[in-house]
Amino acid sequence: MVQELPHPFSKYLRSAMMPHIWCSGCGNGIVLNCFVHALDELQLDLDKLVVVSGIGCIGRTAGYTNADSFHTTHGRAIPFATGVKLANPELEVVVISGDGDLFAIGGNHFIHAARRNIGIKVICANNFNYGMTGGQQGPTTPLESITNTTPYGNIEHPFNLVHLAAASGATYVARWTTLHVRRLTQSIKRMLQKEGFCFIEVVSPCPEIFGRQNKMRTGLEMMEWFRRSSVVENFSDPSKAEITSEKIVVGEFVNVTKVSYEKFFHEKLAQINEKAVEW
Amino acid sequence: MTKKRALLSGVHFMNGDIACAEGALATGCRFFAGYPITPATEIAEHLSRRMPELGGIYIQMEDEIASIAAVIGASYAGLKAMTATSGPGFSLMQENIGLAAMTETPCVIVDIMRGGPSTGQPTLPGQQDVMQAKWGSHGDYATIALSPSSVQEMFNLTIEAFNLAEAYRVPTLLMGDEIVAHMWEKVVVPHASEIKIVNRKKPSVSPGKYGPFVPDDDLVPPMACFGEGYRFHATGLTHDEMGYPRTQSSEVQAKLVKRLCEKISRNEDKIVKVEEVMLEDADVAVVAYGIVARAALSAVRKARETGIKAGLLRLITLWPFPEKPVAKIANQTKAIVVPEMNCGQIVREVQRAAKTTPVSFLSKLGEEPHTPREIFESIRRNA
Repeated sequence: MVQELPHPFSKYLRSAMMPHIWCSGCGNGIVLNCFVHALDELQLDLDKLVVVSGIGCIGRTAGYTNADSFHTTHGRAIPFATGVKLANPELEVVVISGDGDLFAIGGNHFIHAARRNIGIKVICANNFNYGMTGGQQGPTTPLESITNTTPYGNIEHPFNLVHLAAASGATYVARWTTLHVRRLTQSIKRMLQKEGFCFIEVVSPCPEIFGRQNKMRTGLEMMEWFRRSSVVENFSDPSKAEITSEKIVVGEFVNVTKVSYEKFFHEKLAQINEKAVEW
Repeated sequence: MTKKRALLSGVHFMNGDIACAEGALATGCRFFAGYPITPATEIAEHLSRRMPELGGIYIQMEDEIASIAAVIGASYAGLKAMTATSGPGFSLMQENIGLAAMTETPCVIVDIMRGGPSTGQPTLPGQQDVMQAKWGSHGDYATIALSPSSVQEMFNLTIEAFNLAEAYRVPTLLMGDEIVAHMWEKVVVPHASEIKIVNRKKPSVSPGKYGPFVPDDDLVPPMACFGEGYRFHATGLTHDEMGYPRTQSSEVQAKLVKRLCEKISRNEDKIVKVEEVMLEDADVAVVAYGIVARAALSAVRKARETGIKAGLLRLITLWPFPEKPVAKIANQTKAIVVPEMNCGQIVREVQRAAKTTPVSFLSKLGEEPHTPREIFESIRRNA
């Protein structure tokens, strides 16, 4: 007799939301997989976890995770998460979103949340383009890449996300590709145990939309690029952490201790309460 | 007795911005996110001092888009939350006012109206954002908007705005103007027992059975908050009663959008508030709101002194529009006068509700509201 066993990780996912919307060869499933593995290894209380996403393919992650979750408007995951974290600092608030959402329309929110050191954890799946709208140029599209809106090759310089995060004040900054599943999982675990604003960039394949226009038609070909070009340079200068066809610098770049906004705020509250005077 | 009291019961001399901030604290608001903008800045300044005294959160965000996003987040995390702004910031907030409507987030947005469009007249009053309060975000949805005429009402209606937001799970807008915000007047802060406070309905079912958008008979769904163990999902996409995206279903879309609008329209009689002054035998009625209603009241009194039977219908609720009160006075008067500090916004709603009764519009743009004389002259012309 065949017995149907639940998948050991199904408790982390909302079965009602399956099947997911992602294309074959997409890296978003790997990001979600590493995330739930990290949750499992840490035995994190799912009742105290809030997953927040913006708009885009990876933005559906919030709905797929079996925790409290919110799918915000385009670019606004970070300020929404800021409100959640400050209102209830006991909650673990994780933002999982894409490069266009977090760094084009939401770029201003990212740098200010990092500057304030709000204790939210941000995972960015960087697939070099706007996948959900069919493959347009975005803030991380490499120079000369072909997209539906750069038919003659991209002439905009891309953001170096780890450099931006480090310069904005993040206490933890790392970059991995979806090939680095063990390292990425460990990195997410480390991030979830830290205080303050943390950021992980995951370089993620988008063969159906980005790859097919840039001579990498399958997920395998994109992963082959990651394998061939990735170099682990832990704690190297993030300003030099390039992503080119020849070299993808990955690793942990920043891991510092700095008091978070919410902790600072509550220290202030204690001081104010001591000094309270007659009205 | 320390400074840490949330409710400063007693008689005070305040400006409208401070009264609004104190009204928010009185109703239990413990989260404010905002961005400096004239003439609403004093709300933020006052709360940056008062919130920490009460263990509440004050944060200045990078812009108004972020401010309302943080407010929605805080509301879902269980706090009563508010932001305050003026025209330019109100425009930026429209995107997430739509999100708040779609995700049925109780929250209060204060818009202290100044002269527009664009940067306009930052230090002068206006009533040009009234239609934006109703139609500002894309798509069909309903909000509630209130219009204070005095500093006392900046206090009272902020409490009312929170009560409505919590009762109907809807973003509620307090549409003040530069004068009611910056004017200093006497404010009576009542005792706790005299203040009615409404809190959102909590789910009565266990987490496994909870659907975050399953409405009760009043069309309003009970609201769980993050961290309470319900593990629910909310999204700005068209969603079913479980909160899951159903972007391809015309049935789900029709049901959801209809309910978002009807939970307000069907409860209109409970929501709408107006003040009726000397309307019983009036031949001419002035319909006014906000600071303009104060000049209108003087004009109506002056008209009575000169033997003209005039009355005032002051709109305290702007949205949902007080259709029935306006229709009622239209039936019993010969003419209606609508003074507004814009090129004609609420007047069109009045015309629609008044049907055949002639409605005369009195526009005023620029540095000050209508004088009582200007309104009086209009009453006399229409008498």
